Amino acid sequence: MCNNIDVIISNMAAPVSGMGEAPAERLPINSTSFQKKTRSKLVSIPGTRPSVQNGQLLVSTGVTSLDYLLGGGLAVGTVLLIEEDRYDSYSRMILKYFLAEGVVCRHELFVATAQDNPDDILQELPAPILDDVAVPKAVEQPRLTGEPQDSLDAMKIAWRYQHLPKVQSALASSSRFGHYYDVSKTMEAEIRQAAKCHRFCLPDHVTPSSTAHRLESYSALLKSLQEVIHREGFDLAAPMSKSRNILRVGLHSLGSALWGDDLCCHDKPRHRHALTTFLYGLRALLRSSLSVAVVTLPSHLIQDRALMGSITRLCDNAIALESFKGSERETNPLYKDYHGLLYVRQVPHLNCLASQLPDHKDLAFKLKRKQFSIEPYKYLGAFGCEEARRRSKRKQL
Amino acid sequence: MFTELNSILSSSPDSVTPGEFILVSDRQSDASFLIHHFLSFYLRSRCKVVFLGLVQSFRHYSAVSQRLGVSLTQAKEKGQLVFMEGLKESLSVLIPQADNTESQAMNFLRDPPVGLRSLYEFVRSGAVGSGRAEDGAEEWGPPVLLVDDVSVLLSLGVDAGAVLDFSHYCRAAVCSQMKGNMVMLVRCNGEEEEEEDGEEGAEALLKGLTHQCSLNLHVQGLPTGYCKDIHGQVEVCWKRRQGDGPHTQRNLFQYKVHDKGASFFPRGTSSAVL
Repeated sequence: MCNNIDVIISNMAAPVSGMGEAPAERLPINSTSFQKKTRSKLVSIPGTRPSVQNGQLLVSTGVTSLDYLLGGGLAVGTVLLIEEDRYDSYSRMILKYFLAEGVVCRHELFVATAQDNPDDILQELPAPILDDVAVPKAVEQPRLTGEPQDSLDAMKIAWRYQHLPKVQSALASSSRFGHYYDVSKTMEAEIRQAAKCHRFCLPDHVTPSSTAHRLESYSALLKSLQEVIHREGFDLAAPMSKSRNILRVGLHSLGSALWGDDLCCHDKPRHRHALTTFLYGLRALLRSSLSVAVVTLPSHLIQDRALMGSITRLCDNAIALESFKGSERETNPLYKDYHGLLYVRQVPHLNCLASQLPDHKDLAFKLKRKQFSIEPYKYLGAFGCEEARRRSKRKQL
Repeated sequence: MFTELNSILSSSPDSVTPGEFILVSDRQSDASFLIHHFLSFYLRSRCKVVFLGLVQSFRHYSAVSQRLGVSLTQAKEKGQLVFMEGLKESLSVLIPQADNTESQAMNFLRDPPVGLRSLYEFVRSGAVGSGRAEDGAEEWGPPVLLVDDVSVLLSLGVDAGAVLDFSHYCRAAVCSQMKGNMVMLVRCNGEEEEEEDGEEGAEALLKGLTHQCSLNLHVQGLPTGYCKDIHGQVEVCWKRRQGDGPHTQRNLFQYKVHDKGASFFPRGTSSAVL
C-alpha cells in the first residue's frame, strides 16, 4: 500500500504548451496560499483519494455504487475479481467502466485478452458525461489578446476571467473521484488516444497450438506485466523524483479455455494450480507497484467449488454477477426493475484488522443509460412493486 | 494481542507454555485476525519469532501490529523477528531473470512436486539463531514459528502430503528440539459434509494438522446466518496430554473484530443483543 511514501506531488497540471505569455506574468491559477495541513505526506495522484477508514490510496472503479460497496473505492495494489455472468455482458461492461475511468483520470492502462484484440474492448469504452471533462483539443489556443474565438465562448458576466486558459477544467475533472458515463455512446477517439495503453494479446506471445501454450500463457502475461511496470516506473521502489501515476490492469476472461487452461473443461483439471499461481504472482506485482487490477473470470464454467474458493481468496475484492437474461427470471414481475443479482464474495481488510462488511447481502443491479446502479434487492412480496406502492399509499391515507 | 483471548486460553506473555502447536483454522470465514494476535503476543513475550508471511506484504502486518502496540520494523532490526515475505521472494522465482539472486526458500514454486525442503531449511536456520548470544545482541526466548497461511501452498501446487511433512518436520525441530511453539493458519472452503474430490487436498490437510496440534482454534461463520455485530464463532479445542491419556476439552465463543482488537464472549451475550 502507498501510505508510506514520503512524497508530495504537486497537483498542478504541467503548463500547456502553446501559451503565448511567459508564465511569470500569468497569475498562477493552480496554486493558492492555502495549504491543507496533512498529517502524513500522502501522494496526490489525480484520480485517487485516501480512504476514510484506514488512509489507503483508493481509485474509482468507474461505477459509483460499486465504489461504495468496496468501501469507498478500489485500493491501489489490490485485485478485483468479477465472476462473469453467463453471456459476459455486464462483467465486460464493468471492465469497460474501469478502463474508461482510467482514461478520464489520465491513468495508464494495460489490457490483456486471450483471443479478441484488446482494441476491441478499448473501442467500446462508454463516453464520459462531458460537462466536466475537458476534451484536450490539440489545436485550441487560448486567445490572450484580441477578440474571443466566437461569441459562444465569450463570457458575458465573468468577462474578467476570459483570458484564463481553459485547461483549468481538466484539473477539476481529474481531481474529482468517480465519473458518470453514457453507455449509449462510445468514447471519442481523441479522448481515448490521450491515454497511454499497453496491450497484451495472447496469440502474439504464445502460439495457440504449441504444447507450451497450456502452461506458459500465464507466465508470459505475468512477465509482460512486470516489464511494463518496470519500464514505465510504476514500481514503488522507483526513484521518487518522477511524477507518479497509476496503472490500471484489465484482464479479460482468465481461466477460460482460451488461456490454455483446462479448468473450465474438466471436473478434475490436470494443472489446477496454473491460474492460482498466476494470481499469487499478480498479487506480488501489485503490492509492490502503483497499480490496480480488475480480472473477469467465467466462474460458471468451473465445476470445482473448492478451486473457486482458492481463486477468490487470492484476490482481494470479489463480486459475482448473475444476470436474468435468458433465465425465467427475466419475465418474472418480481425482478422487472433489475437486470440481475450481484453477490459480494469478499471484501479485503488490508492494513487493518476488521473489514468493512456490506450492510446488505442481497444486492441487485440495473444498467441504466447514465448509471450502473447497485442497490439492496427489495423483495416486495407476491404482489410485486406496483401493488405494494398502492397498498402503502392507502395505508398512509 | 487480545486480552480476552489471553484469558480464554489462560496464557500470558510472561509465562509461555513451551512445545505447543496451535492450529488456527477457518471454514468459509477469515481467521487471520488471530495470527495478528499471536504475532504480537509472542513478540511481547520476548520470544524469537520466525514469521512466514506468505499471503500479504510486510506493510500489512506492520500496520496491523502498530495498532496492537508492537513495531515489526523494530523487532526485525533488533533481530527478534525473522520475516519471510513470500510475495516478494516469489517474484524472482516465478519470473526468472538472468542476474537475479534468488532466495532459496520459495524454490518449490519452480517445481512443486519436489516439496518444501528448502522452506524447512529456512525455518530451521531462522530459529536456530536464537541460541547464540552475540556481542551486544539481546538474548531472546525460545523460537516461535508462525505461518500465514499454509493453504496457499496447496494453491501453488504443493501436495497436501508434502505440507503435512513440512509441518511435522517443523514441529519436531521447533517444538520438540528447541522447546519453542508453532502457530499455523489453515483455511478451508467447503461444507464439512461434502465429499468432493477437489477438496481432498484441503480437507486432508485440515484433518492431518488437527491431529498433530495441541490446541485448535476453529473459526466459522454463525450457523444462523450473517450478522453485522457478531462476526462469527470460535471453537477452542484443547488436547491435553496428561497422564490419563489424551483428553479434549472444547469451548465455543462468539467474536467481533474491532479496529484495535477483537472481543470474545459466550454465545448469546453479545453487547448488541443484551
